[in-house]
Amino acid sequence: MRIAIVDYGAGNLPSVERALQKLGVETERAVEPRQLEAAKAIVLPGVGHFAAFVAGLRERNLTEPLRAAFEAGKPMLGICLGLQAMFASSEEAPGDPGLAFFPDEVRALPTAVKSPHIGWNQLRLMRESSLLRGIAGDAYFYFAHSFAAPASAAPTVAACDHGFPFAAVIERGSLAGVQFHPEKSGETGAQVLRNFVESIQ
Amino acid sequence: MTLARRIIPCLDVDAGRVVKGIEFEGLRDMGDPAELAARYNREGADELVVLDISASVQGRATFLDTIRRVAEQLNIPLTAGGGIRKMEEGRAVLRAGADKVTVNTAAVERPELISELSQQFGAQAVVLSLDVKRKGDSWEAYTRGGRTPTGLDAVKWATEAVSRGAGEILLTSIDRDGTCSGFDCEITAKIAQAVSVPVIASGGASTFEDFLAVFTEGRADAALAASIFHQETRSIAAMKKFLAERGVPIRMSR
Repeated sequence: MRIAIVDYGAGNLPSVERALQKLGVETERAVEPRQLEAAKAIVLPGVGHFAAFVAGLRERNLTEPLRAAFEAGKPMLGICLGLQAMFASSEEAPGDPGLAFFPDEVRALPTAVKSPHIGWNQLRLMRESSLLRGIAGDAYFYFAHSFAAPASAAPTVAACDHGFPFAAVIERGSLAGVQFHPEKSGETGAQVLRNFVESIQ
Repeated sequence: MTLARRIIPCLDVDAGRVVKGIEFEGLRDMGDPAELAARYNREGADELVVLDISASVQGRATFLDTIRRVAEQLNIPLTAGGGIRKMEEGRAVLRAGADKVTVNTAAVERPELISELSQQFGAQAVVLSLDVKRKGDSWEAYTRGGRTPTGLDAVKWATEAVSRGAGEILLTSIDRDGTCSGFDCEITAKIAQAVSVPVIASGGASTFEDFLAVFTEGRADAALAASIFHQETRSIAAMKKFLAERGVPIRMSR
C-alpha cells in the first residue's frame, strides 16, 4: 500500500516516513496533484508557520486536490500543523485561509501558560476514537505547538488542556488529525499510526 | 491530565563518538552515538539531545551524519546543536533529522539568528542554549563552550531570546557542570519564572534527589544529564519511578 506524504517544502519528513515504513507501508513524497490522486491515503505532516504551510500547498497546486480528496472520502491524517491546516483559519496568520474542512479558527495558546506547549501530555477522550484504539486512557503523547484548534470543534474525539481545552485528535469519516506527533510519541504513537494504516485496508 | 516533566539524556559528540570531558585529561570515549540513542529510546528517555562539542567547520559533515544515524534509532524527539552560526546550518541539522536546533555563541553575537530560525522553522524548533556562571547575586551568560564571558545578565538574555522567538531554554550551570553537586536550582527557578517557554536544566546532576529538587525548587520543565546515564550508574526507568512516587508528573513507559 502506498501513502502519499505531502511535502510542502519544510518540516521533518524523514521521521514520519520512517515511522510509517516500519509498519510496512510504502511512502511517497507528494509535491504535485497527481500523486495525491494516485495514493491510497494521504498524510499531511507539518511544522513551522501556518502561513508558510498554506502558501507551500498553494504553490504546489495541492490545496484543491486536498479538498477534493476530503470530499471523496480518501483517508487522510493531519499531524500537528497538518491538523491545524484542516480548519478555516489560524490566529497565527490572519488572512491566510486554511483548507477549511471545518469552520473553526485555530487559536494561540493563552499567555497564562508556557508556550510553545512542548512535551508529553495526556488526552481526555470525548467520543469513541478509531485512532486511539488499543491505547491506554492515561497514555502520553508528544506535543510541540503554540496554536491549537478549540476542543469544541465538531470533529474532536479527544482533547488536551493547555491554557484552554484544544482538539488533540479529530476524526470525521475517513479523515483524521492529531495535534501531537505520533512519530515522536514512542510505542504509543506507533500504535496511532498503525490504527490509521489499518483503517485504510 | 498533566504535562510530564522530561528526563533528557545528552550525548556530547566529537568526531562521531560520544565523549566525556575529564579535567586535565581531555576526552574519554563513551561509545557510539547511535547505540546509546537506541538504548535511551528503549529505556524511556523523553527526548534526546546531541551536541557537537568540537563545533569545527571540518567536523560539520560528520556531525550531520551522526544526527542522521541517531535519528534513525529514535521514536522520541531529538534536539541537536553546537556551533550553529547560520540559518543554513540550522536547516541542515533539522533536515538531518533533528526536531529542534540549539544556538548559543552565534545568537549572542547576532541575536537576529534566533528570529530568523524561529520565523522559518517555528519557535518549537529553536532552543537557546544558555551557559551561566554565578557572579555575586546574579548570573552571567557565557559563550564558546563556557569559556567566554559575555557581560550579559542571564535572566535578561533569556528574556530577550524568548521575545525573539526561542521556544525553549537549555540552561547549563557552568559552576555545577561536572561537579556532581546537583543542579543550580536557584538560577533555574529564576529563569523559569522570567520566561514564558519551557526550561531544561543542565549541569551537576548526580542523584535522583537532584532531579527531584530541580523539578520542585528549580521549577524546571525538563532535566538533562549525560555521564550518569552513559555509565549506567543511574537507569532512566528507576529514576522515573523515584520521581513519580514523589508526585512529579512523569511519563512511565510501558
